[in-house]
Amino acid sequence: MSQPVILTMKQISKAFPGVQALNQVDFSLRQGEIHALMGENGAGKSTLIKVLTGVYGLDQGQVWLDGKLVQIRSPKDAQAQGISTVYQEVNLCPNLTVAENLFLGRQPMKHGRIDWQETARQAGVLLQKLNIEVSPSAMLDECSLALQQMIAIARAVDMNCKILILDEPTSSLDDEEVARLFTLMRQLRQAGVGMIFVTHFLEQVYEISDRITVLRNGERVGEYETAALPRLQLVAKMMGKDFNDLAVIQAAPKGQVDPGSVPVIEAKGIAHSGTIKPFDLTIHKGEVVGLSGLLGSGRSETVRAIYGADRADQGSLKVNGRPARITQPLDAMKLGMAYLPEDRKKEGIIPELSVRENIILALQAKRGLFHLMSRKEMAEAADRYIDLLQIKTPSRETPVRSLSGGNQQKVIIGRWLLTNPDYLILDEPTRGIDIGTKTEIQKLVLELAGQGKAITFISSEIEEMLRTCSRIAVLIDGAMVGELTGAQLTQAQVMQTIAGGKTVQEDK
Amino acid sequence: MKSKKLSRSGLLLTITVGLFLLMYISGMLIFSDKGFAKPQMFLNLFISNAGLIVISCGLTLVMITGGIDISVGSVTALVCTVSAFMMENMGLSAVTALIASLIIGLLFGLVQGYLVSYLEIQPFIITLAGMFFARGMTAVVSTEMISIKNELFLKWAKAKIVLPFGYTNNKGVYIESYIYPTVIVALLTVVLVALMLKYTRFGRSLYAIGGNAQSAVMMGLNVRRDKFRAYVLDGFLTGLGGFLFCLNSCAGFVEQAKGLEMDAISAAVIGGTLLTGGVGGVVGTLFGVLIKGTIASLITTQGTLSSWWVRIALSALLCFFIVLQAVIGSVSAKKHGARLA
Amino acid sequence: MKQKSFSWQRLVHARLFMPLVCLAVVLLANVIRTPDFFKISINNGVLYGYLIDIINRSSELVILAVGMTLATAASGGQDISVGAVMAVSAAICCQLLSGGEVSVTSLAAPIVLAALAGVLAAGLCGAFNGFLVAKLHIQPMVATLILYTAGRGIAQLVTRGQITYVRVDAYKVLGGYIGSCPIPTPVFVALIVVIIMAVILKKTALGLYLESVGNNGKASRLVGLNSALICFMAYVICSILAGIAGLVASSRIYSADANNIGLNLEMDAILAVALGGNNLGGGSFNLTGSIIGAYTIQALTTTLYAMKVSADQLPVYKAIVIVIIVILQSPVFRSLIAGMKRKRAVTVDEK
Ligand SMILES: Nc1ncnc2c1ncn2[C@@H]1O[C@H](COP(=O)(O)OP(=O)(O)OP(=O)(O)O)[C@@H](O)[C@H]1O
Ligand SMILES: [Mg+2]
Repeated sequence: MSQPVILTMKQISKAFPGVQALNQVDFSLRQGEIHALMGENGAGKSTLIKVLTGVYGLDQGQVWLDGKLVQIRSPKDAQAQGISTVYQEVNLCPNLTVAENLFLGRQPMKHGRIDWQETARQAGVLLQKLNIEVSPSAMLDECSLALQQMIAIARAVDMNCKILILDEPTSSLDDEEVARLFTLMRQLRQAGVGMIFVTHFLEQVYEISDRITVLRNGERVGEYETAALPRLQLVAKMMGKDFNDLAVIQAAPKGQVDPGSVPVIEAKGIAHSGTIKPFDLTIHKGEVVGLSGLLGSGRSETVRAIYGADRADQGSLKVNGRPARITQPLDAMKLGMAYLPEDRKKEGIIPELSVRENIILALQAKRGLFHLMSRKEMAEAADRYIDLLQIKTPSRETPVRSLSGGNQQKVIIGRWLLTNPDYLILDEPTRGIDIGTKTEIQKLVLELAGQGKAITFISSEIEEMLRTCSRIAVLIDGAMVGELTGAQLTQAQVMQTIAGGKTVQEDK
Repeated sequence: MKSKKLSRSGLLLTITVGLFLLMYISGMLIFSDKGFAKPQMFLNLFISNAGLIVISCGLTLVMITGGIDISVGSVTALVCTVSAFMMENMGLSAVTALIASLIIGLLFGLVQGYLVSYLEIQPFIITLAGMFFARGMTAVVSTEMISIKNELFLKWAKAKIVLPFGYTNNKGVYIESYIYPTVIVALLTVVLVALMLKYTRFGRSLYAIGGNAQSAVMMGLNVRRDKFRAYVLDGFLTGLGGFLFCLNSCAGFVEQAKGLEMDAISAAVIGGTLLTGGVGGVVGTLFGVLIKGTIASLITTQGTLSSWWVRIALSALLCFFIVLQAVIGSVSAKKHGARLA
Repeated sequence: MKQKSFSWQRLVHARLFMPLVCLAVVLLANVIRTPDFFKISINNGVLYGYLIDIINRSSELVILAVGMTLATAASGGQDISVGAVMAVSAAICCQLLSGGEVSVTSLAAPIVLAALAGVLAAGLCGAFNGFLVAKLHIQPMVATLILYTAGRGIAQLVTRGQITYVRVDAYKVLGGYIGSCPIPTPVFVALIVVIIMAVILKKTALGLYLESVGNNGKASRLVGLNSALICFMAYVICSILAGIAGLVASSRIYSADANNIGLNLEMDAILAVALGGNNLGGGSFNLTGSIIGAYTIQALTTTLYAMKVSADQLPVYKAIVIVIIVILQSPVFRSLIAGMKRKRAVTVDEK
């Protein structure tokens, strides 16, 4: 690797109230390399990126671009210097069209005015190039998270940049989209673009990156050639301790289910016009049922209809054998359900409220207006889950908005565990969560099932589902096309069902 | 279902225009005997609201960024009073008064814009202070009402522009339709601002800021600068609109244009602009002003209500309209806005 | 030394620090200009003095600010109808008391009943606002604009366009004095309202619910909060408090003046909320801040009057002071100053 270095960050420090997010971090990026930035949740990856792109000012340190000391004061500066970025939380404007989001601030002009036709045409070309199936004239807020993610990527790569930063771009993408992204990244590498790539998926790191920089607690652990750093060592460096828990999980027995018992959830013919076709779903105590399918196949809608987040148009639901009428989420919660939504930013966190308040909120809502939990009780509950889930926060009174993405997710998980539900719906619970915690969460899911809770688990990662689920239902275009159990639970079988739409039960 | 979807703002605008037509036509049917059907009645809507149209356009700009400006009514009073004072008490020309009006508006825009965008103070509070300040300054300039008798000014105010259509009254006399120059200025403003919003990067940037300011920053827009400019432009248009208002009233006094800010805000909102930002446009605002004007003239045409019933009827109609709009909006949004994910 | 500067830092960053400083500054301005500002004397058995005047006159504003804080928190918008609702409540109360006469010296109905009716009417207004905002999702400022214009019309309708006088001593108590108590009654009314609200917020989860709903309505719904109902309630409470404030204001002038009771008070109430360090965009709120804000505004007004500023020009000075206060409170401004200090420190180091 004799490519010249295009970016050097020296001794970068950045503190937020209560945390030293970055402490004298060095980082360098070469031309035409893909450089993975690794670390646990809250290690400071996003902060390093935001410091580089001028979202945050830095307390200390220098940034050298092409051998010149530069001051980047705003994302606009960064763009002008040839740095384009996809941030961790999608940062697009929901009120504008896809095309406009792609070209905002750099619209094609003609005779001193925006050429809308040209904008639409170029947007079409760009979307096609990345194989993104969305009309340029669609409004952004009608797009799924994954689509939005792809659009953000499209916007970033389209700006002839020298440096491309991708902060967890793959967290909500499916395999196929990831593959497409990687093809694109390889092309850009050929073209000499330096890329910073953040992800919690180790396979992806090994598939695409050339070098790795590891951060831990805001400090740089080291910089390594990817080829020379075995996986386990990488994880050990990220966590600061040895790690070999994956094996434990695989060996763990899945919850024992008594099929004769009264099912916790028995849905019959539930449907929501326009999104999901009538489906049946039965879940017993101690069972972890996965919902699998491509993005947009209606996985989330299915559980939302059960939980009452979107009211189902038809169908009936029995909870613990008794018919249940759920008109709003509170009804579902009172029946012992809990729902961790897919879109953490929009539907999960209450950003200005503290970690404590975010954790106790669901339980408080369940208890009702007049049964306010005491300060002490709240504090204890919050501390328990901060501890249990190892939430990295300066204090329990910190507003949840200032936590790192992964830690916000943990707060929401804690929120639901606190309500001690019988039936737990987890929609992408491990999205954006680091490998250590991810394993913890998977263990937790199995443990909860072992305690007799029923769980529905949705994940885009099939392996994760295979590891945790005792049964996987597969959806295609809003219809449940099959259920896999026992020996059918293999990667190949699941993939085939998702792709082929073959109903496995027909085989019987 | 494959038909071309209307965007949310397009939808709101369609509803507004549709309801306006409905309201106007029913007015024509109900009050046909009282001259509501005459074309001049329609033109009068523009004549009496020319100033408001321009002011609301400016306000729409800042509302699109998610901001607000409640100083416009007081600034209008200040502009009118200063203009009147300059012409009547200082003997200055109407042109000077016009320039002064624009400068006053600009100054308000500059200061308020700076405080809102660079110091990130809540726009409501800053412009509330602006409202107090302008009203107080009006009193400093003159506590008496000043009527304007400046010749040039009156010439501007009363220059009829005859339109090539009219109607023949029941005595067989042809009565021509006319407008004042103020109407042309107002409509020109609407067109220019609409074009700016649609066809310039600055215009689109305002929508982006209103949609999600944080995202706009991260997408590399110069959010502070653009927001600042929106307020400056708003100030300028308030100055201009204030002068048009003055041309219509030919006077300046402390209590003038009280509550005008609420008229302007509600006109913009009725026209489909969201107070939370990111959605809206000045064509809608124009219709918003027309709707409010129609409501007012429906009630004055009716003519037998006591003053409090006028107030109640005004707001009842406004309420009816807003509720109808909300209901239609939410129903049609439900129809075609099903979640995709 | 280090320990000390740390706690000083914490004090400066405490939420109530700036609002309190502003109030203090406004009050201190008087020490120089009007030395007898802080003098409190007893005349005719009641307390007299500018300070008493401030506390007394700001009672309605405090009550309104409490309600406005809740409505703002829950909906991220403001209720601009409170001034008009005050007039409605006053009109209904006085009309019942006078039995339809323009001016009476004896009561046509028990005061308690009439007052309740007034507050009830205010509550209905709140329900109307709340319905528009919470159920129909109409933007608060526009939804409440309807009653902002209609309210005074309704009040006039009730009083048939006249000013109804209730010249009965018992009716003057609320805005005057209870028996021989030297402290004006409105002070107590405000105090009671604040205490009740504080207790409600302390003993129920209302505060948490309001903040949660105002901050992220969608997420709040998914954790089982009835976002619409909570928002609705905030508006009802806001209007009920406006109704109470209306009664106080009416009792002060023992009449219902539909055009002038609570005139422009909605703006002051919103201002109080903002001066208290609250975000007008909703979410987290700070009731104490709003109350301090309300006193600050009244202190400012009284101060300006004490300095013999004419009523017409008063807004100019008020505006200037408000702008100075909000600039001082602005985090950006403060970090600019901090940055300047740091830079100076750095350059000194380099030397
Ligand atoms: N705006 C902010 N205000 C206060 N603290 C912040 C802010 N942003 C980040 N932090 C803190 O800085 C630390 C680093 O956060 P950062 O977002 O960089 O983590 P990360 O490595 O990107 O984690 P993740 O994998 O979860 O995205 C965290 O402890 C976080 O709480
Ligand atoms: Mg991150």
